[in-house]
Amino acid sequence: MIGRALALLAALGVLAAATAPAAAERLVTSLSNHRVMVTSNFTGDELVLFGGIERDAQTVPRRGGYDVVITVTGPRQTLVTYRKGRVLGIWVNVDSRVFENVPSYLAVLANRPLDAVANAEILRRLQLGLDNVALPQRPSANIADSARDDPFRRAFLRLQGEHQLYREEANGVTFLTPALFRASIPLPAEVPVGTYEVDVKLFVDGGMIARATSALEVYKVGFEQFVTSTARDHGLLYGLATSMMALLTGWFASVVFRRD
Amino acid sequence: VQIYLPIADLPVNIFVILAMGLAVGFISGMFGVGGGFLMTPLLIFLGVSPAVAVASVTSHIAASSCSGAITYWRRRAIDLALAFMLLAGGIVGTASGVWLFTALRAIGQLDITIGISYVVLLGTVGGLMVIESVRAILRTRRGKPVELRRPGSHTWLHGLPFKLRFKRSRIYVSAIPVCAIGFLIGFAGALMGIGGGFLLVPMLIYFLRVPTATVIGTSMVLTLVTMASATVMHAATNHLVDAVLALILMVGGVIGAQFGARAGQKMSGERLRLLLGLLVLAVGIRFALELVVQPEDLFSLRPLESGL
Repeated sequence: MIGRALALLAALGVLAAATAPAAAERLVTSLSNHRVMVTSNFTGDELVLFGGIERDAQTVPRRGGYDVVITVTGPRQTLVTYRKGRVLGIWVNVDSRVFENVPSYLAVLANRPLDAVANAEILRRLQLGLDNVALPQRPSANIADSARDDPFRRAFLRLQGEHQLYREEANGVTFLTPALFRASIPLPAEVPVGTYEVDVKLFVDGGMIARATSALEVYKVGFEQFVTSTARDHGLLYGLATSMMALLTGWFASVVFRRD
Repeated sequence: VQIYLPIADLPVNIFVILAMGLAVGFISGMFGVGGGFLMTPLLIFLGVSPAVAVASVTSHIAASSCSGAITYWRRRAIDLALAFMLLAGGIVGTASGVWLFTALRAIGQLDITIGISYVVLLGTVGGLMVIESVRAILRTRRGKPVELRRPGSHTWLHGLPFKLRFKRSRIYVSAIPVCAIGFLIGFAGALMGIGGGFLLVPMLIYFLRVPTATVIGTSMVLTLVTMASATVMHAATNHLVDAVLALILMVGGVIGAQFGARAGQKMSGERLRLLLGLLVLAVGIRFALELVVQPEDLFSLRPLESGL
């Protein structure tokens, strides 16, 4: 990992040196790995993102320094949040909200707290941070509560956070030099497969001045992939095969342990 | 060693699952039951979603009842005619169970239904077993012989039409209660992930007066076919059967069952029934607590099921 990171750094240096001059800063980023494989012993992974801020002679000097906010958005998914209530003495799901096409994974990494990077208005407009991300709900009986302090939205964010699928880290980005930063993107074991967008935003004095996007892919390989896709696409065949496997295991056991 | 369960979407320790298979297999071999009523809750407590647990355990029970059924077949302790009659109801029951499972899952009330069913079923059956076996133990202490079967006594069940003669079991009963029992077992099995052996055996003994010689073997044939078809149906409709999980459970289960069967032979029937009853009751109470005690987290998150 470290060797790869160093190679990346070197590559960035070359990139930064080779690009054409521009009026404002340019953002150059590179991910340690664009393809993450989920294998049978997958217990999570960590990707490293390096970024360089490219300036030239015409660039105005910045006194306040740079701020970087990285948003990693996983494939979209529709999820239901249920709320339990007491009915006749037992706890059952009494209410639910459908969150449509929301990120299955969301990591917001910054070099300092978001409210220090930009003001609330800008954060809201750019949908930066877990408080501001759009989580559209399917219209329900009382539509008024899709506001930011909606208990379902809060529970949704909390539950996703407990599964380490949603996170916001105010110290997730480290500046190595004033113009070079790195960030590690943690992918938990439960990470959903699909394409992930990586969106890096550069801020100066509370305003966004540059942006760079890239993508990464998480995919299942080998046996896992085979089992998952067979179960989904050929359910009947998969069921028959599993049943056969059960019968064979049972038969095998009765032969091995035969006593009479 | 951590392995990733592809359908349950969960990394688990392979030895934990294997040990669970062994332990449940031991118990199932000891008492001559499938062990689904223990395995499904264990998986749920481990973090596997109830839906995946129920669907995957069906294939595990199919494996353990298959090895059992073969053993009983060799001893000629299976009443095939009775098994086929039970199956007629059992397959319909399984299909209805899978249908209800799918429907409840779509409206988000599957977990609670599984929970309540466990409380009601295990509470009742466990309680009855404990009472009955304590009585039997007390009776033998007082020196009176244990009455296992009263061939002369007839119930209203024997007055029903469509009577059939089952030669190997030497019984003459109506087809209606036989099919009804099969239906019930298939239905409960598909919905709750239990083989139903611990329900079926007492039912066959008390309602149909099936002799002890053929009762376990016959019940295993029914369990085998209903659970194998439940696996196919769950896989085809809900895509929730985790074959990797099932395979590890099966391997542990069939090995454990062999040792359990040896341990079981050293104990008296009443004592075994008492232990099994207590076990069943304990699982029922565990589920009851889950329902009654306020959960730590009132909210839960689930992917939206297709077809809604």
